[in-house]
Amino acid sequence: MIHMEYYLIVSTIMMFAGIYGFVTRRNLLAMLISVELILNSVDINFVVFNRFLFPEHLEGFFFTLFAIGISAAETAVAIAIIINIYRNIRNIKVKSLHEMKW
Amino acid sequence: MEYTILILVLPLLSFLFLGLAGTRLRPAAAGAVGTAVLAVVTAVSYMTAYAYFFGQGRAADGLYPTLTPWNTTWLPINDTLSIDMGIMLDPISVMMLVVISTVSLMVHIYSFGYMKGERGFQRYYAFLSLFTASMMGLVVATNIFQMYVFWELVGVSSYLLIGFYYTRKEAVAASKKAFIVTRFADLGFLIGILFYGYYAGTFSFNPQTEALAAAGMIIPLALGLMFVGGAGKSAMFPLHIWLPDAMEGPTPVSALIHAATMVVAGVYLVARMFPLFIGYAPDVLHATAIVGAFTSFYAAVVACVQSDIKRVLAFSTISQIGFMIVALGVCTSADPHSGGLGYMASMFHLFTHAMFKALLFLGAGCIIHAVHSNEMSAMGGLRRYMPVTHATFLVACLAIAGIWPLSGFFSKDEILTACFAYSPVMGWVMTAIAGLTAFYMFRLYYGIFWGRENRTLHAEHTPHEAPATMTLPLVVLAAVTLGAGFIPFGHFVSSNGTAYDIHINPTVAAISLCAATAGIALATWMYARERQAAAESLARRFATLHTAAYHRFYIDEIYQFITHRVIFRCISTPVAWFDRNVVDGFMNMLARGANGASYLIRGMQSGIIQHYCIWFLGGALVLTIILLFIR
Repeated sequence: MIHMEYYLIVSTIMMFAGIYGFVTRRNLLAMLISVELILNSVDINFVVFNRFLFPEHLEGFFFTLFAIGISAAETAVAIAIIINIYRNIRNIKVKSLHEMKW
Repeated sequence: MEYTILILVLPLLSFLFLGLAGTRLRPAAAGAVGTAVLAVVTAVSYMTAYAYFFGQGRAADGLYPTLTPWNTTWLPINDTLSIDMGIMLDPISVMMLVVISTVSLMVHIYSFGYMKGERGFQRYYAFLSLFTASMMGLVVATNIFQMYVFWELVGVSSYLLIGFYYTRKEAVAASKKAFIVTRFADLGFLIGILFYGYYAGTFSFNPQTEALAAAGMIIPLALGLMFVGGAGKSAMFPLHIWLPDAMEGPTPVSALIHAATMVVAGVYLVARMFPLFIGYAPDVLHATAIVGAFTSFYAAVVACVQSDIKRVLAFSTISQIGFMIVALGVCTSADPHSGGLGYMASMFHLFTHAMFKALLFLGAGCIIHAVHSNEMSAMGGLRRYMPVTHATFLVACLAIAGIWPLSGFFSKDEILTACFAYSPVMGWVMTAIAGLTAFYMFRLYYGIFWGRENRTLHAEHTPHEAPATMTLPLVVLAAVTLGAGFIPFGHFVSSNGTAYDIHINPTVAAISLCAATAGIALATWMYARERQAAAESLARRFATLHTAAYHRFYIDEIYQFITHRVIFRCISTPVAWFDRNVVDGFMNMLARGANGASYLIRGMQSGIIQHYCIWFLGGALVLTIILLFIR
């Protein structure tokens, strides 16, 4: 039997790996991947809590399905933005984006 | 009598129309609009006067009722105190309506000729309309605050008209001087009004007597402060300095504003507050008489030596207003038969003076028009060239000197009777000033029309009689001056409203006629001939006095000294330093502090999303820790 804590440890590691990646990566694509990691760790939490604490309900599973769908759409948008940024400045380094600064 | 609102609204509309659309009109059309509106206003004023005095007549108690055909709350201050705007008709306001509309209409017609071809002709008529509207609003005011509002409006129109020739430096300086001096005096007026409004609980002219009695010494103080405002507007010593300079404006303006109407606003104010003065502050009233008498004497002396004809007339106006103030000031009761005669005399003199002084100014305008100079040295012997002006000017001079049967005789006689009834000293002083008046007016008359002719100047440019638009008003005003003395004025206006028959006091009449004749005779002997040996030797003998009087006893220089040396240097300069360095410095310090602090923290706004993200996570962590461990 795998305990709930093991799942939660995995998801926590994923979460902080994602945050670390988001803060340290200078590449927009890498940052996007990190965001996906954070999202997926949250999805895992939903599923695990539903499975272990409220086995007779299905809300957690469904919520996770929605979250996956929405994050896919959001990723598409984000990639579209990144491509446009690349077209404009030939670069996707986060440092070179100061158009919206101040 | 609701139609009286037209008296205020029509000139105001005319001002707006001419002011906004005037430049699109031809000058003559603009003038015609202004004059036509004024003619209607004059007709309405006469109609009002007729309906008021004859149509409805006296009420059952034998007094003319005080009507308020129109009134509205303009600015409520609290439950009981509010500032109203409206129209109040009582004998003196109706009398003033007639005076203002008559003189204003004459000036409008006259200006057609006088201002012909001037730049800004339309603007001129717009300002005249504004002035007429505000002056009408002043006299029909239902309360002291409305009076104050219109009081300032006439001040503004006076400022605009004095500075009409705004390209001339003197005119600009004169307009500023007039505005600042009267505005300074109006500060006293405003403080007086506020005291009055606070303690009497109303701004109206007939407050509750209990409130006034409870206020004690405040009411005399308030009335005294109001008189300061009146003294500024009516050019009482030492606030008179603006009026001679105001002669820089066009001459018809001097006739309308600085002789007949606006400058008597102070007299009108005292007359308006007369019941309060006589009831609660007789000492203040008598003090005004002293001020008036001194002003009158001072101005008469100065008028004797001025060489600019408009300045002679300006000082003569100051002197005559002094007469009116004296007449009000010597009143000791509200009963015209015992001590209240001065009120009627003052109003009568206001009426007659407005007519003959406007006539004098308009005549002077014709003369200036003919010789293109204000100086008496450019004139002399003009009677041959300008018969109509000469005749009407002579009528006005005789009237102001007080010769029977011209209007000035009757009103001045009443004033002198009132003065003699108050105290013989006051009576003799005013009689002497009346003699002096006759002297300087005939000095002016002979200097212009007889005396030494400036032949070289007249040969180059022959003086000619003014056009009909200019002589017609002269003739009308001269006719009024001839007949006005026979108006039974006491039947219309008297201190307590009851009918009063003017009867000439033979002793006083004889004395005043003697004084006037002596003054005229002296002037004839000194100035009528080609050679003026007596005048010149006198001027040489008393050279110091002559020079001092010519420089108006250096009052302007004293003002200059006080404002520039004392106020500017000793007060304004340190205050300016304090303002620049301490007040501004403190504000600058705050600004610099904010600026520096912003530089310090602006690194936080890096624009790099990851920095924000770290701050966000740190904040979230701190919040979590607080929520978890610190309960």
